[in-house]
Amino acid sequence: MEKLVFYVLAFAMLSLSLFSVLSRRLLRSAVYLFGVLAAIAGFYFLVGYHFLGAVQLTVYAGGIVVLIIFSILLTHEIDYKMDRPSWLRSGAAGLVCVVGAGMVMHLLSTSRFTRIDGPEHSDLNTLGGLLLNPGAGGYLLPFEVISILLLAAIIGAIVIAKHNLGAGPEQKENQPL
Amino acid sequence: MIPGVSLFEILTVSTLMFFIGVYGFVTRKNLITILMSLEIILNGAAINFVAFNKYLYPGQPAGQFFTLFLIAVAAAEVALAIAIVINLYRRIKSVDVENVNTLKY
Repeated sequence: MEKLVFYVLAFAMLSLSLFSVLSRRLLRSAVYLFGVLAAIAGFYFLVGYHFLGAVQLTVYAGGIVVLIIFSILLTHEIDYKMDRPSWLRSGAAGLVCVVGAGMVMHLLSTSRFTRIDGPEHSDLNTLGGLLLNPGAGGYLLPFEVISILLLAAIIGAIVIAKHNLGAGPEQKENQPL
Repeated sequence: MIPGVSLFEILTVSTLMFFIGVYGFVTRKNLITILMSLEIILNGAAINFVAFNKYLYPGQPAGQFFTLFLIAVAAAEVALAIAIVINLYRRIKSVDVENVNTLKY
């Protein structure tokens, strides 16, 4: 049963990411990306990492995709269709990707991974305790660093997206808003 | 671990996803679609972290923390990238990489 679910999820991930990369309509591409992210959240749930799956669903599928769709709607018409990439460019990129994937697959198939079955610590209590643990094996410092990074990114985004900041006075007069 | 599924199969899926993302990253010309390809690449890497954590080091949740931090970094990155896209659209009415050469000369 789990095997079947995994194969369905893997098929969804691969086909939807392919559609998302190949589709010429921007909005459809974003919707396919949502499908990919939701399938990955499903994979996390299947593996048993429920907190990670929930974070993936809320932050990625809920937040980032909505942000991307907003920006698409702000900058393009709703049925905007992109040009097809040139044959040379897509052929070269496809060749590079096929060769790269082949090399990585070869490496994977020749390396031996010894699976370890042991007790697991993936419940929310352990994760939360480790996230606030300053001692050995704790993740307090990365947690704080990521918080400051997020704060800096939010302030930077506001400053960059703010209207007319840094534009010259003659530009300001020309713009209607 | 997932019964009946080996680590190799999961790594295959993540590898293929990574290279699909690379293909999109190279061929696309629109900034927003490049950003979406980047998300696919990042998620391929995140699957790797989770798979290694589950199959090789089940006792320590290090891979889960890496994935968690990766999601946070991706959120920060998307917020900044969308701000840049909006700003570019205001200035030059386009988000194609070929028209974005304001800083070039």
